[in-house]
Parts: sequence; structure tokens; C-alpha cells
Amino acid sequence: MLQLNKYYNLNKNIFSSPDLEANRVGFGVALKDVGKTNKDVVALCCDLTESTRIIEFAKAYPERFFEIGVAEQNLAGIAAGMALTGKIPFMASYAAFSPGRNFDQIRVSIAYSNTNVKIIGAHAGVTVGPDGATHQMLEDVALMRTLPNMTVIVPADFDQAYAATVAATSFVGPVYIRLAREKTPKITTSTTPFTIGKANVYAKGRDVTIIANGPMVYEALVAAEALEKQKINVEVIDCHSVKPLDAQTILTSVAKTGAVVTAEEAQVTGGLGGAVAELLGEHMPVPLKRIGVLDRFGESGEPAELMKAFHLTAHDIQLAVHEVIARKNR
Amino acid sequence: MNNPFNYSTPMLKKTAHAIRVDLIKALAHAGSGHSGGPLGLADCVAAVYFYGASIDPHNPHHPDRDRIIFSAGHYSPVIYATLAHAGYVSINHFINDYRMFGGCLDGHPNFKTPGIETASGPLGQGTSQAAGMAAAAKLDKKEWRVWLFMSDGEQQEGQVQEAAMWMGFRKLDNVIAILDANNMQIDGHVSNVLGEKWIEDNYRNYGWYIITIDGNDMKQIMRAIDEAKEVRGKPTLIIARTVPGKGVKFMENDYHWHGKPPVGKEVTEALDDLGKEVN
Repeated sequence: MLQLNKYYNLNKNIFSSPDLEANRVGFGVALKDVGKTNKDVVALCCDLTESTRIIEFAKAYPERFFEIGVAEQNLAGIAAGMALTGKIPFMASYAAFSPGRNFDQIRVSIAYSNTNVKIIGAHAGVTVGPDGATHQMLEDVALMRTLPNMTVIVPADFDQAYAATVAATSFVGPVYIRLAREKTPKITTSTTPFTIGKANVYAKGRDVTIIANGPMVYEALVAAEALEKQKINVEVIDCHSVKPLDAQTILTSVAKTGAVVTAEEAQVTGGLGGAVAELLGEHMPVPLKRIGVLDRFGESGEPAELMKAFHLTAHDIQLAVHEVIARKNR
Repeated sequence: MNNPFNYSTPMLKKTAHAIRVDLIKALAHAGSGHSGGPLGLADCVAAVYFYGASIDPHNPHHPDRDRIIFSAGHYSPVIYATLAHAGYVSINHFINDYRMFGGCLDGHPNFKTPGIETASGPLGQGTSQAAGMAAAAKLDKKEWRVWLFMSDGEQQEGQVQEAAMWMGFRKLDNVIAILDANNMQIDGHVSNVLGEKWIEDNYRNYGWYIITIDGNDMKQIMRAIDEAKEVRGKPTLIIARTVPGKGVKFMENDYHWHGKPPVGKEVTEALDDLGKEVN
């Protein structure tokens, strides 16, 4: 049985029918809550108020909610202008459109200008499902990670999205938070520690390190649990902050295990896999296998079907673990 | 807050002239940068800083100041020259360090320069930021205004249309936009590249109040500013028809001077022309 790190007070039902909830819902609840105490918080949305869950804030504080219409470039610029006036704007759209469409505005008006804007990219990843490739944003992490001044967070679940939203509100500077549409298992709880830039080590192990983020953290834990039964002792790291990357936690773990698997629901190129490969390549080259989307676009399908087709399941992580351990022992 | 200068028409003309002379010197020293647009817009910029806007150059971050946004960052020569004459930076620093490494006066404006409110360069980005500032001021029930300088070629950016539509719809009457209608962009005349009549039509359709003036006639500029300040329930667009390269005969109305500085004896000739103009 996989021993979970008690420090993080994780959900006790992770391996026995955990509750399901979308992490975007956690964002919506959190934004409403921070808006109650912090009057500088404003919310902006591009005609996706309900699905991005910004509707919670909009209903509670209509005077501080700004409907922008279908105009994501304008969204980013208006948010920047409000931040320059002392507001803490949360701008929400689908990741396919923001940052997909407004990279230039995010680059200059937000990142270069270091304006205190929080960018919410909802419905990211292949699990958007039937809408197909145009709406399945896979390149957002890579885009945002290249920008100086930008912080990039990929919450694992409902409670972590809540915690990330609270943390982003008090953090001064641009933050990108990536959210998914689907309901996913609750891993964390409302008391699970969350610090921007600090990775969470949910399980300690000596044979291999799995570094995951977003809904893939659950898949990583399921894989680790299965591997434990095969006498493979896995360290599981929830790397919710892709930038800044918690190099210390990762290198400490890898120095011990000597083999790494990354797991994310985004292009590995430039994503978490890219970030970890860069770190290890420079400081600690070890056998590495990256689970994620491999230089291809998405397509229509049911979320579970797509996770399988794109090799984003716990089973795929297990295979990758066997591979890196074999390479380590060669 | 008020305008700390509140110059008369002759003083504004004199100041605009000094701005032109200094921007030519800075461009010549830098060896790169834009000449045409900045020379053409000097009168309007001078009028906003030395007559229209509520600013405090000694306290550039005063919370109640008007925000002056330059959406088209390539106007930096006229922006910096004006900031220098208003006291935000020194005139020597402008003439000697414009576009130089390690200074605070980059080719396109950013937050290193006191008095600059937004980074600009990629066209159109100032328009949305102006909209955001104006909406925030309304939310906080503040009296300060947003002055937004734009170029006519810039109107081709989709973002400008998005922002103009939004400001009109939300009736942001704390916005006074000044459009440098000089009919010049890099590839030629704006009217030939993508037409220009639609620009005014669009703003009208978006719900803006429109004033059209000769943007090189100081009295008309001052009257337009006075009129715009009285408008309620609509943002105002001042369409300022200007002569690109104004004051330097060989640059006037020649789009080839959009994006380059005078070199060698062109510098002397340009300064001579400007000298003649003031006399």
C-alpha cells in the first residue's frame, strides 16, 4: 500500500472512489471568496462566464465584474489597464483563446509590463473532449512558461485550484492558472499546504520519481499504488508550479531515485516535461520518460477515450516507470 | 488636480517648436527612430501636456493624475521630448541617451521612463489599457481622465476596434482619444493601404463623440480639448489631421520618413527648416 505523506493531509478516499469535481469549480468558489474580503479584486470574462465559473463572482459582485465580449486581445489589455490602476484583475476565457489568441497582449501589456493580472485558462487539455482539436489547448503551458515575470500554475484538483486562486490573489505579479473542464478525482483537501513555486511530495520513494501536475497527479498516484504492489517504490511529486520550477525538491528527489517520469496533459515540448528535462539535462542527467501530448493535435472523443488514445493514463505512467528503471539498471 | 502649466497659445506653439527641434537632435544622435509621425503630432502632444491634462511631473505617480497613453510607441521621440520639456526627464538625457543601452529612454516606451503609463510598441495595446484604466476610474468614482494617442494606421489592428467598441458601449466619457490622422504608414498612405473613411464611421457607430480638427493648428487643438472635456455619456475621439514631418519641408507628407532619422547634412537642413518656421 502506497504511503501518502501525512504532511499534505490528502483525501483519504483517493484509492477508493474519490469524490469528483472540476478544478475550474474550485477556482470559481475561491474567486467569490477572495472577492468578499479583497475589494481590489475584479473579474473579466469573454462571453464564457458560466463555463469558466467566473459567474460566481459576477453574481456576488456585479459592479466588479466586466463582460468584455468575444475579444480576448481586449480582455488582456483591459485587465492590464485595471492592474495599472491598482486592481487585481482575474481574466478568464478558454485557454485556447487566452493565451491562445492574445499572446502578444499577454507578453507586452502583462508580462513585460509586470502588471498584476491573473490569467485563467479554462478547458485546457484533451479532456475538453468532443469539441475537438481547436478547443483542446495543449500549448498554453509552453507559451506562458517562456515569458519573463510570468508564474505558471497547473492545479491538480478542486481544492488546489481554490488554494492557487487564493495564493495568486496575494502574489504580486502576473500568474497563469490552467484549468480543466472535466470532473476529476479530489486528491487534496482544504487543508493541503499550497505555496507557489513549492512542489508537493505526496509519496516518498527510492526507485523512481514521478513528477506530475494537473489531473495527471491522480493518474500518477494510481500508478504509484499499482507499482508499490510490484515492489517498485515510487516518489510522487505534484509539481503544480511549472514556473518557478521547484528545482531543489526535484533534484533532491532525483539524486535519491536516479530515474524520472513526468506526466501532464499538455505538449511535453515546453511543458512540465520540457521544464524538467531542461533542469535534469543541465544538473543531473538520469533516465527520463515524459508522458504528455507528443507533438500532435487533439481530436474529438470522450475524455476517457482520449486519455487512453493519447497515452495519458496511470497504465501509461506505469509502463514509463518500468522503462526508466530498466534504463537506470542497464 | 489641474494642468500645472496652463500655457497660452503662443507658449504652446513655442513649446511644440522646441519639442520638434529637440526630437530631431535626439534622432540624429541615436541614428535610428521615427521622424515623420512625431513631428506631425508635436502640437497635439504639447497641448495635452501643457494645457489639457491634469499632471504633476514632480510626482509622476500621483494617484489623481490623468493617464496619458501612447498606444503607438514609435512616437517615442515626441513623447520623450515632451516629457523632458515638462520636467519628467532632463533634455540632455533625451538628446544624448535616446535609444542607448543602459538609459531610461528605449526605442519604444516602457516603465523605465518617469511619466510613461504603458509599455507600447505592438500597435493597439494602449487602447485596451486605456479602456481598463477608464473603467477602473469609473468603478472607484475618480475624476481623472485618460488621454489616448493613437495613429491612423494603427486602426487596422483588430484590438483597436475591440477596445473602441467596448469604450463606446460602456460610455466611458473619461476617455479623450486623439487620432493622429496623418495618412501615413510604413507601406504608404493609409488611404491606399486599407482606406480611411471607415475609421470615423466605426467610432461613430461605436458611440463616440467625434471632433475633427487641423492637428497642427494650436487654437483648434485647444478648442477641441475644451469641448471634449465637456462631453458626457460618450468617449471622445479628436481626429487630428496632421502633416507628417511637419516643420521639415523635405519630410512633410513623404511616407518614406515614417521610420528613419535624418543623417548628415539632413540634420542641419531639418534644424534650419524648423528655425525658419519659428521665425
